[in-house]
Amino acid sequence: MKISRVFKTVFMIDFLTGLIIAIKEIFKPKKTINYPHEKGTISPRTRGEHALRRYPNGEERCIACKLCEAVCPAQAITIESKEREDGSRKTTRYDIDMIKCIYCGLCEESCPVDAIVQGPNFEFSTETREELYYNKEKLLENGDRWESVLAANINADSSHR
Amino acid sequence: MEYFLILFSEVYKIIFLLVPVLTAVALIVWLDRRIWALVQKRRGPNVVGPFGLFQSLADALKYVFKEIIIPASSNKIIFILAPIVTMTLALIAWAVIPFSETFVLADINVGILYIFAVSSLGVYGIIMGGWASNSKYPFLGSIRSAAQMVSYEVSIGVIIINVLLCVGSLNLSDIVIAQKNLWFIIPLFPMFIIFFISALAETNRPPFDLPEAEAELVAGYQTEYSGMMYAMFWLGEYANILLMCSLGSILFLGGWLSPVDMFPFNIIPGPFWMIFKMLLLFILFSLVKAIVPRYRYDQLMKLGWKIFLPLSLSWVVLTSSYLLYFDLLPVN
Repeated sequence: MKISRVFKTVFMIDFLTGLIIAIKEIFKPKKTINYPHEKGTISPRTRGEHALRRYPNGEERCIACKLCEAVCPAQAITIESKEREDGSRKTTRYDIDMIKCIYCGLCEESCPVDAIVQGPNFEFSTETREELYYNKEKLLENGDRWESVLAANINADSSHR
Repeated sequence: MEYFLILFSEVYKIIFLLVPVLTAVALIVWLDRRIWALVQKRRGPNVVGPFGLFQSLADALKYVFKEIIIPASSNKIIFILAPIVTMTLALIAWAVIPFSETFVLADINVGILYIFAVSSLGVYGIIMGGWASNSKYPFLGSIRSAAQMVSYEVSIGVIIINVLLCVGSLNLSDIVIAQKNLWFIIPLFPMFIIFFISALAETNRPPFDLPEAEAELVAGYQTEYSGMMYAMFWLGEYANILLMCSLGSILFLGGWLSPVDMFPFNIIPGPFWMIFKMLLLFILFSLVKAIVPRYRYDQLMKLGWKIFLPLSLSWVVLTSSYLLYFDLLPVN
């Protein structure tokens, strides 16, 4: 063993250097945030809670093409459709099993009319399993609540599509 | 009737000691986590109460309401006994710790021997827990722990002999009073370092936390424990750490004595200095936890038997020959 190595071991130079670095680190700014009170920035592409959007006149965007149902790798989406009195095809049932869902974003990508989208909300935990079986009303309500954010996100991302 | 009065006064004294100790343990757990977080530039527990001070209380409440699971194949009596033994042994050692000249529960003349005996018995709680669980990880963890604690107790014992040579008494109050002019950390500095490292190993703290090395042994001897029984293990563990801090400050840092016997310092009461020194040692404990990687098992054994034991033994020879040559031996 080298003399310098022995010196370092006996006087614990490495340990003391580490200790000084640790004490210096204590006074540096924190890298983490106070999560429930502060939140980090979220990308417009965030794939969070699903929402069904409407046109500005209040008409549902969804045309029941069932592309999302077909593409869904987890088979979490169930759609039933029927012709309405005015001749347009609309969904009578649009369920998403949020427990099955893997949040891959393929439904959003496959949608030709930007009806089903994944919003920036990722804090929708519930106390029971049943609350996570979303139906059409819940999804439309989500869409109404988040519409301004969803529109802004789609707009921000449109140049990359 | 007077027996009841004596009993009552003794119980009163015990409660007066134990409640602060348990509160201190709760706060020290918070401090430990906080320092650990600060070194890693995280925030640590800061939500419950001011600065998160009540975090341990919230944790304890959670543990109380959790289910205690006793494995079907375990030895149930020993399984239940193990955390009780650990916590009891960690707490009864506090009886002889002097916080000032008068503030000591049992001023027995072999105080240091008593603490040494009780902390040696502490390994039984771990062995019982590991064996009674009847599961491989707890068993391996408790075997490691037993070997580790026995190895490092040897060097701690020899270090204590160093101090005793300078004092000439086994009473903890006498040890502190003997440091009135010079704290033992100055003449016995290498022994203080070895004592500190051995105390880390003795209390299963990182970098010597092999018994509960989560990467290889899940949680060591605590693996099968849940709820309040797990909480009692960690209460005992932190009470032991605090005990080692107080032992370090009594043996080497002058216990309740103020650093300099001058006006602004010597009017501050003794318990304050004692707690201050314990806190200082504990902060060092948790900083070490934050910066040092875990030792390998053979390195641990090598450090204990091949380096610390010869070093402390030769220091005993050095100390005693110095004292003998300059005729400074405390007892003739």
